[in-house]
Amino acid sequence: MFSFIVRRLAVAIPTILILVILSFALMFAAPGGPFNSERPLPPQVLANISAKYGLDQPYWRQITNYIWNIVAHFDFGPSFKYKDRSVADIISAGFPVTLTYGFWSFLIAVIVGVSLGVVAAIRQNTWIDYFAVGISVGAQALPNFVLAPMLVLLFTLWLGWLPGGGWNGGQWQYLVMPVIALSTSYMASIARITRSSMLEVMTAGFIRTARAKGVPMPQIIWKHALKPAMLPVLSYLGPAFVLMITGSVVVDVYFSTGGIGLYFVNSAFNRDYSVMMGITILIGVLTIVFNLVVDVLYAWIDPKIRY
Amino acid sequence: MVYPDKAVMAGVAGAAMLAPKGRSLWSDAVRRYAQNKAAVVSLVVLIAVCLFAFLGDFFAAWSNEEIDWGRMGNIAADGPPSFENGHYFGLDDLGRDLFARTVQGTRISILVGLVGSGIAVIVGTLYGAVAGYFGGRVDNVMMRTVDILMAIPFMFVLILMLVMFGRSIGMLFIGIGLISWLDMSRIVRGQTLTIKNKEFVEAAIATGVRPMRIILRHIVPNLMGIVVVYATLLIPGLIITESFISFLGLGVQEPSTSLGALISKGASQMQYGVIWQLAFPLFFFVVTLFAFFFVGDGLRDALDPKDR
Amino acid sequence: MTLRATFLASTTAFALALGNAAFAESHVMAGDVLAAADLQTFTSRELDEFPSIDPSLIQDVAGNDVARQLFEGLMNQDKDGNLVPGVATDFDVSDDKLTYTFHLRPEAKWSNGDTVKASDFVYAWRRAADPATASEYSWYMSLMSIENVDAVIAGEMTPDQLAVSAPDDQTFVVTLSQPLPYFPQMVVIATTFPLPEATITELGDAWTQPGNMVSNGAYVLSERVQQEKLVMERNPMYWDDANTNINKVTYLIINDENAALTRYLAGELDKTEVPTGQYPRLLEEYPTQALSVPLLCSYYYALNLSDTGPEALKDVRVRQALSMAVDRDIIVDNVLQGGQKPAYTFTHWATAGFEMPVVEAAGMSQAERNAKAVELMTEAGYGAGGEPLSLELLYNTSDAHKSVAVAISQMWKQTLGIETTLNNQEWQTFLDERGNQRFEVARAGWCGDYNEASTFTDLMTSTSGYNDSKYVNEEVDALATDARTSNNPQADYEQIEQIIAVDTPIIPIYHYAANKMLNDHIRNWPVDNVQQNYYVKDLYVAE
Repeated sequence: MFSFIVRRLAVAIPTILILVILSFALMFAAPGGPFNSERPLPPQVLANISAKYGLDQPYWRQITNYIWNIVAHFDFGPSFKYKDRSVADIISAGFPVTLTYGFWSFLIAVIVGVSLGVVAAIRQNTWIDYFAVGISVGAQALPNFVLAPMLVLLFTLWLGWLPGGGWNGGQWQYLVMPVIALSTSYMASIARITRSSMLEVMTAGFIRTARAKGVPMPQIIWKHALKPAMLPVLSYLGPAFVLMITGSVVVDVYFSTGGIGLYFVNSAFNRDYSVMMGITILIGVLTIVFNLVVDVLYAWIDPKIRY
Repeated sequence: MVYPDKAVMAGVAGAAMLAPKGRSLWSDAVRRYAQNKAAVVSLVVLIAVCLFAFLGDFFAAWSNEEIDWGRMGNIAADGPPSFENGHYFGLDDLGRDLFARTVQGTRISILVGLVGSGIAVIVGTLYGAVAGYFGGRVDNVMMRTVDILMAIPFMFVLILMLVMFGRSIGMLFIGIGLISWLDMSRIVRGQTLTIKNKEFVEAAIATGVRPMRIILRHIVPNLMGIVVVYATLLIPGLIITESFISFLGLGVQEPSTSLGALISKGASQMQYGVIWQLAFPLFFFVVTLFAFFFVGDGLRDALDPKDR
Repeated sequence: MTLRATFLASTTAFALALGNAAFAESHVMAGDVLAAADLQTFTSRELDEFPSIDPSLIQDVAGNDVARQLFEGLMNQDKDGNLVPGVATDFDVSDDKLTYTFHLRPEAKWSNGDTVKASDFVYAWRRAADPATASEYSWYMSLMSIENVDAVIAGEMTPDQLAVSAPDDQTFVVTLSQPLPYFPQMVVIATTFPLPEATITELGDAWTQPGNMVSNGAYVLSERVQQEKLVMERNPMYWDDANTNINKVTYLIINDENAALTRYLAGELDKTEVPTGQYPRLLEEYPTQALSVPLLCSYYYALNLSDTGPEALKDVRVRQALSMAVDRDIIVDNVLQGGQKPAYTFTHWATAGFEMPVVEAAGMSQAERNAKAVELMTEAGYGAGGEPLSLELLYNTSDAHKSVAVAISQMWKQTLGIETTLNNQEWQTFLDERGNQRFEVARAGWCGDYNEASTFTDLMTSTSGYNDSKYVNEEVDALATDARTSNNPQADYEQIEQIIAVDTPIIPIYHYAANKMLNDHIRNWPVDNVQQNYYVKDLYVAE
């Protein structure tokens, strides 16, 4: 197992390298550029800007310079769009925000989702089950770009309880609506996974044995069933958290939280190459790490799997 | 939130393990499915939604692109749903008939789901089965490729595709399909890793059957259950993905629309007294997703041999 | 206004009002009682994070709005858009109209207590033109026709050869390469604001961070959080601080215009934009808060006349028919509904000194225009009984552009039987396709660089880089050249408009208006300033 992990980490380096080159190729192939606007710039002005940002160099040179700056100086370059900020500034300001509301969203999603799933599973095919499943499917079917403006209308305009947006260093008033908007669809997914894996675990031999022995139901669930039933949930959470980073653009748009999701989407639209590359690499690294964790979990669940 | 439903991936992978194909498997499955009330009702609802989507145009008094010039100026007052003027679902913000647009939008959304998951099934199954079966270096290279593809900014790929090949519904289908197979390949690979250690596969190897034949004849059929279930459950995920693309303004080209585009527009107008612009598309969206989810769940339960 | 429309406005929307310099007055109107000091705040919504707040690099309206509070240039504008003294109390013009001498007020101070000197302007102007700064707005310096500016931008001369100088601390001299009657109106833009050389030299790019930034305006930067907010506090060193009322200015970045409106209605904002189509409702509900003011931009469709364009558009009758069949009244009254005006000519109606020429189409009823359009199409051999015509209409992603495009495509379909394919592209792709003539009909908008008709009519000359239709007419070129030296350029502008109305290389659709919600306790808002340049120091909060 240890050598497997080491091998996977070693493969991660060329993986990231390929990712960088592929992303560069996509960028160069896409029409437009970071300095296009409704009013095209005079050629001389454009030339000055291109020279400043190294865009006048041949493609291979830009790629090697970029990689070299990262490897040698851990320098991800300046943003092309936000001229007084570097990519590192943007990521180090935005990523903690996304992590914060992402963490709370996932925590709440796990608590509520697992509870719903467990209740639904042990009361399978009763109204409780239908209710829990109904709620979770409903939550999943309601897009968060519908939920977000609804929340603002309700909590800000009508009730006047919460500020309509902003971050303010992550005070709780500013966290509530982003967390609700973001957690619902994850909560729904977790509830459904928990329900199905609980159903499976409850039919397993060791649970039947425990029941036959007369162990009380709460104890069976808490001590025996929950742990194995949580494994699929765990393996779901890793990749889901990575995908949440792109998905959180909706939260950033409606609640002005300033997270990384908005920068990611905007940098693609603005052709802010350096920011896009920086965030792509970040997502790439996280993806690889989380997938590795999932694979390790897989091997742990089923020892027959060999790599 | 918007990606093909990951819940499904882990849930299915955790729950469904199929026994070797038996003669009575499908008839058993049909029997079990018929006993699942929610699944049966959902199937009926799904058929009803499809009828609405594909035959609704015959009942529409207006086309999906005609503007009702006389009413377009003040939609909040002149545009609510009305049987008298033929706008059963009211008018959209530009004075177009929302009934016709919902019919057409539902059609697009369902098609996006079906086609996208079809691509996922074909590409993802073969890819995942090959990777899982051969294992070792082949597996490593193939799955690392998937990692790389998954780490590439999805949005950017779509923009690029829509740009280079023009913005068309076909491109949207392919774009979504190309992304959706990644998860499928992971699940299939994971299942293949388990199946390939089973006796019947080892027996086939021992008797000298060639690898591709083993994959196609022995591995893939045993994956069909999970693949069908995942494909059904993938559809709502893809419909949600399409709605996210529409939210970003990259969806289907006007005057065509999709449920996602209608909802996105309706949601932005919800405080302006035109709530029907959100309510009708959202109703069909939610109903369609509900139906697909329950049909998928029903299929999974029906095909899950553990219940036997 | 829409995201892209705002963006468009924000990259280019500034215009210069002509008027006489008067002394600054920012006093409370009769009958108003000032609200308490802690209520003297102004909170405004911004669409997106400011690309930069370094005056040399600022190139959008939002950045200019911020810079006007933090810095003060040579001249300011009053609430009607007339020039009033800023750091300069007055200026002289040489007889050949090529040399401008600005006299600076000795009491002007930087926020660190230093005196604002003429050399600070010299430094700032050189920096803006310096290729090493690589400012996107260096083209503005060249628009100002400062002597040697193009050579400096091209790197053929060093920045210190730019023809600006400071004979003494209170005198700033600029030499132009050609007479430019509206030159003084151009020095209200951030690019021309003074800069603290010592601070910039010491801190480099970090000088714009809160705590680092030294500025000479009525406010100083106190806080900045990316994609969230920018806050400024009153600058006690400002020379006219005694007449300033508002203590704190906050810009909140809110991407979604509907979310911004909700937050405005919840009392979190003093100013925000009105989403497309919502103006009439808001005006009815909040008559004292909803504003519609003319904005110097024109919205039009460019028809591709180049080789890559369709054959049909090379027929002038088809172009005229397309233009006639567009019911502008429906677009402005039923789609946009924000006080925009239907356009039959290109130059914005509110442009200073410009009288809208009477063109044939403007005088007809829509029924007459439609009849005429059908007639023209039939003559050209298209439409009913002729060849079927289909067109592709390119626009960029935005609700407002979409609405206009859908409505017009339906008008063309119902009146002329033309099948229009809508081609909606994201911004960068759109610019690329339109700029390289890969379109048939394309949406376009143009905002005046200065408040004079030539900023619009020059677009129709064959040498203009922004003539996406690739329209070539020697007569127009000759008139545009003549206008630069003519005593009566307005006649030339009118004649160009008449030619365009006949040739129809573009279809003018409407003239912009800016719609906003403004808290009715905020007083002194410059509603009559056509470029909507505001100075928070002139505003105050009434009880």
